[in-house]
This record gives sequence, C-alpha cells and structure tokens, in this order.
Amino acid sequence: MIQTLDQIFVLAKHWLLSYLPAALQPLCSALISVATIILAFALLFAITTWLERKGLGRMQNRYGPNRVGPFGILQPIADGVKSLTKEDIIPITADHAVHFLAPVLLVAASFLGYAVLPIGRNMVLVNLNAGVLYFFAVGSMMELAVFMAGWSSRSKYSLLGAMRAIAQMISYEVPLVLASIVVIMQAGSLSTVSIIDLQATYTGIWPHWFVFTPWGFAGFVLFMVAATAESNRSPFDLPEGESEIIAGYYTEYSGFKFALFFLGEYIGMFATSGMAITLFLGGWSAPFSFLTWIPSYVWFFAKLLAIISVFIWIRGTLPRLRMDQLMNLAWEFMLPMALLNLFTAGLWHFMPSGSLRWLVCSTMVVVPCIFLSRGLKQKEKFQVRTYHYSE
Amino acid sequence: MVGEGILKGMAETARNFFGSYVSKDRLVTLQYPEQRDPQIEAARSFPFLVFDGADWQQGMRCVACQICEKECPPKCIFIEKSKDKKPDANGKLQFYPAVFNIDISVCMSCQICAEVCPFDAIKMDVNHDLSSDDRFGGLLLDKQRLAKSNQYYNSIHPTEAAAVDARRAAEKARQAAKAKAATEAKSDAVAKLAAATPAQPAIGETQ
Repeated sequence: MIQTLDQIFVLAKHWLLSYLPAALQPLCSALISVATIILAFALLFAITTWLERKGLGRMQNRYGPNRVGPFGILQPIADGVKSLTKEDIIPITADHAVHFLAPVLLVAASFLGYAVLPIGRNMVLVNLNAGVLYFFAVGSMMELAVFMAGWSSRSKYSLLGAMRAIAQMISYEVPLVLASIVVIMQAGSLSTVSIIDLQATYTGIWPHWFVFTPWGFAGFVLFMVAATAESNRSPFDLPEGESEIIAGYYTEYSGFKFALFFLGEYIGMFATSGMAITLFLGGWSAPFSFLTWIPSYVWFFAKLLAIISVFIWIRGTLPRLRMDQLMNLAWEFMLPMALLNLFTAGLWHFMPSGSLRWLVCSTMVVVPCIFLSRGLKQKEKFQVRTYHYSE
Repeated sequence: MVGEGILKGMAETARNFFGSYVSKDRLVTLQYPEQRDPQIEAARSFPFLVFDGADWQQGMRCVACQICEKECPPKCIFIEKSKDKKPDANGKLQFYPAVFNIDISVCMSCQICAEVCPFDAIKMDVNHDLSSDDRFGGLLLDKQRLAKSNQYYNSIHPTEAAAVDARRAAEKARQAAKAKAATEAKSDAVAKLAAATPAQPAIGETQ
C-alpha cells in the first residue's frame, strides 16, 4: 500500500500508456511527464507568489493580500488575468524579434533543468549520467535570455540591468558549481539519481545526507548563497534595483511578457533549490528512517517549500548589497571558501572515519571562514568624501 | 564572523512574523472599505452646491453671480446665467444658474470658491473615495450631481453649517422685519391716505 502510494504517479503514467500503441509510448511518456512537471511547478509558482506576499507582509506587520478569495488565496489568478489583459507595449526602436524571444527563452531555459531533477523515487524525466553537468549548462542559458532582454529593449536602464545581471550571474556561477563539486567527488557520479540513492540510506535513524558533514554543510551554505544570487533574489537583486535602474532588464516589458520574466525567475529559483536538495539534502529521501512511509514526492516538495520560505525570510530581512560588496563576496570570500572546501572533501574521503576526521574537517571549514570574513570586514574604511565639482 | 548580523536580522523578522499572528496591536492596517477612520470635520475634497428644502432645483442657493467662476484658480467652474428670475429663500427674485459645471479632474480643492461665495451656496464636500470609468463625462459634474441638501451639509460639517444656518436665519429675520416695516409703512401711508381722502369724492361729486 505504502509502495503504491509512493509510486502512484509512475503507476498512473504506465496505466495511461498501456492504452496507447507501442510505437507511440516513448513519445507520449515524455510528453505526459513534461506536462506534469510544467503544471506542477507553474502551480507552485502561483502558490509561492501568494506565500511570499503574505510572508513579507507579516514580517512588516501587514496582512498581505486578503481581498481575492479566502486569505487572498486566489490572488495569483487575479494577477494572471490582470497581466493577460494588459496592453503589450514594445518600444518602437526595440529589436522586436529578440525582444519577443527573450522571455520565452528564459522560461524555456529555466524549465529545462527539471529534466534531471528527481522529484520522487523513480520520478525523474531522464536519468542522464551527466545530469549535474547538464543542469548547470542549461542554467547558464538564462544569462543569455537576460542579456537578450536588456540588449533588445534599447533602453539604458535595461542594458545597465542586463550588464549587472550578467556580471553577477557569471561571478556567482563559479562558487555555485565549485560548491556542488564536493558532492560529485564524494558520490563519484554526475547522475542525480545515483547521488540521491547514495544519500537515501540510514545509520540508525539518521540519513546520510551530505549536508551533515563539514564540507557538505559549507558546500550547502555556499550553494544557497550562490543560488540566491543566480536567481537575482534579494539581497542580490541589483539587476532589478528599482531605486537605481527602474526594473533592470525587464524595464521595457509589460503585460504577459513581464509575467513570463517573473515566472522564469521563480522557476529558475525552484530548479536551483531542487538541485540543492538533490545534492545536499538527500533529494526525496525522508529525514528519519521511521518516516520513510511518507511518499517520496511529499518529502521533495516539503524540502522545496522549506527552502522557498527561507528565501522569503531572507528577502524580508536583508537590504540590497552594493555592487562592490557583491563582487567582493563572490571573489574574495565564496570562491576561496569553495576551493578550500574541495580540499576538505578530499581529506574527508581519505581519512579514516571517526571524531578526528570530524575535528580536522570542521577546523578546515571554520578557520578560513573566520579569517576570510575578517578580510571582508577590514575593507570597510570610511573617509571624508571630497567633491571636486561642487565647491 | 560573517553572518552574525544576518542571523540577528533574521531573528528580528521572525519575531515580527510570528508576533503579527499573536498580537493584533502590531497590525495597524485599517481594512479600508469595511473599516473607516472617523470623518474629520475640517476635511475637504471637491465643491458641491447647497440647496434648502426638498426640491434641489427650487431650493438652490446659487444665484449665478459667477464670483466663484472668476476666482477659481484652475478655472474648473463653468456657469451660465438664466434668462428669467426665480424667487430665492427670502422670496426675492434672483437669477439662477442655467448651467453649473465643475470639472473635478481640474479642481485642486483649494476652497476659494466656498470662501468667496456671498450666498453660502457652494461648500466643500468630504467624500474622497470617488471613481469613474468615464474619464471625461464622469469627472465633469453638472448642476444635478453637484446639488446636495442642507441636511447633508449639516451632517458633514456640523459646526460650520450651524454657523451658516444661524447667519442665514438672522438675515432672513432681518429681511422679514424690513419687509414688515416696509409693508407697515406702506399700509400706514395707505391708511393716512385713506384718512385724508374721504372729503375728496365729495369735492369730485361736486365738480
């Protein structure tokens, strides 16, 4: 019974496919899975926008949306109708084709990553043996879409926003990938399915998630910080800093194209969060061995929602970084930490298991962290600013 | 170490998040259409025309003197004077506005029209939640849409309206006394005339 519930979506797909001729089955199998993933995550996007507005409201002692439906739950539908009925304005000097393609490419690129993301036991679209590599490769396509949007709009704000976004996304892609390499080193595989299989075992009641190791924890934190920057979320939302450059690269977008950018960004955020779950938090596996009776996809989405709420929490807390702080954090703190973390993971692999291994590896994470963050702090020198032209 | 301040800040936002569910005092937002702040008496939005009695056309105080139209800084008032005259509240024959339009998309709520009106005919409304789906016609208020009763005026600006009513009552009493004096003087004169004349017909007859 538990087995059936766990595999209910897989079984349902097989049952549907059994009505089709054998020649059509592979194609239809892929189509059904793709449609399900798109529907599920678009729905999650709708719920997240509502949760985010509610959560941020409560953090600022407001109610948040509470007009459309009970507790404002139908707000995403109202927003969708609004953006669909809005006038679609394209600047007359814009490159129309590229301007149109940018949001489409962004959404397509952000959805591509889900192909290798296991959202439950046996619930992965394709088990690529280079899954993680594929994920980061299609993830970097989002930068192209962002630049297309900024360049084709022919607006200085769009272009500045796009430039900022490119600089930020390329800078943070380095620690993002480096932070995930430790997991690949430990698992010895690029396949997301086998990475999770390795973590879905238990010692006593405790799972073997990579986050419960010094290098795994450091890697997870680095990965999440880099993922926040990758998805242009607060406090790394300089590309759309409205106080400076209006809305960044989507300044010139309106109506449903604007909504598509929104969708693309959130879908991208879910994808990187899903990858963080896959790499460090054991994917669909239960946090305790006695909870394995709960279906695997429930665990995946529970973890995803937990990460999303932390994202919202962070957004409600931190102010936006300055450009130099952003770059310093990436290159002077996160990159050295990620590189050192590789050595820590290597050492962990070769040392015999025991408390000594824990001590050495934890020291290798904590001590550089303290020193590097001190380096970040010492940069803050305040001096009297002189104005040459206002005298 | 990096992150201490972040954790402190996150604790603060978490306290606010959960606090907003526990204590209602934190949520200061007024749920506007259902809940409203008490109306402030000195508030003002756009002008309206006051009328006395039940019939807005009969009781309108405006005599189309066009002072407000001339004084209006953004020139949002348009008045057309009537050809004929109608009796006002004191029974005196007066002109009345054949057309009285205020374009509230132009009006800047300065209250100068109300200040200059010698007839207390134009006053400021307090109704602020206005909307229209007609950008031009919906914002051009005509005579009928501008007309509001004196009772309404009393309900929105009680102190001010009471003073206006007292002044108007005094004026009416003064007018009435004057009229009475005039009629008395007239009847006196008539009586005198009547007293003086009886002999005359006789004279006439004799002639």
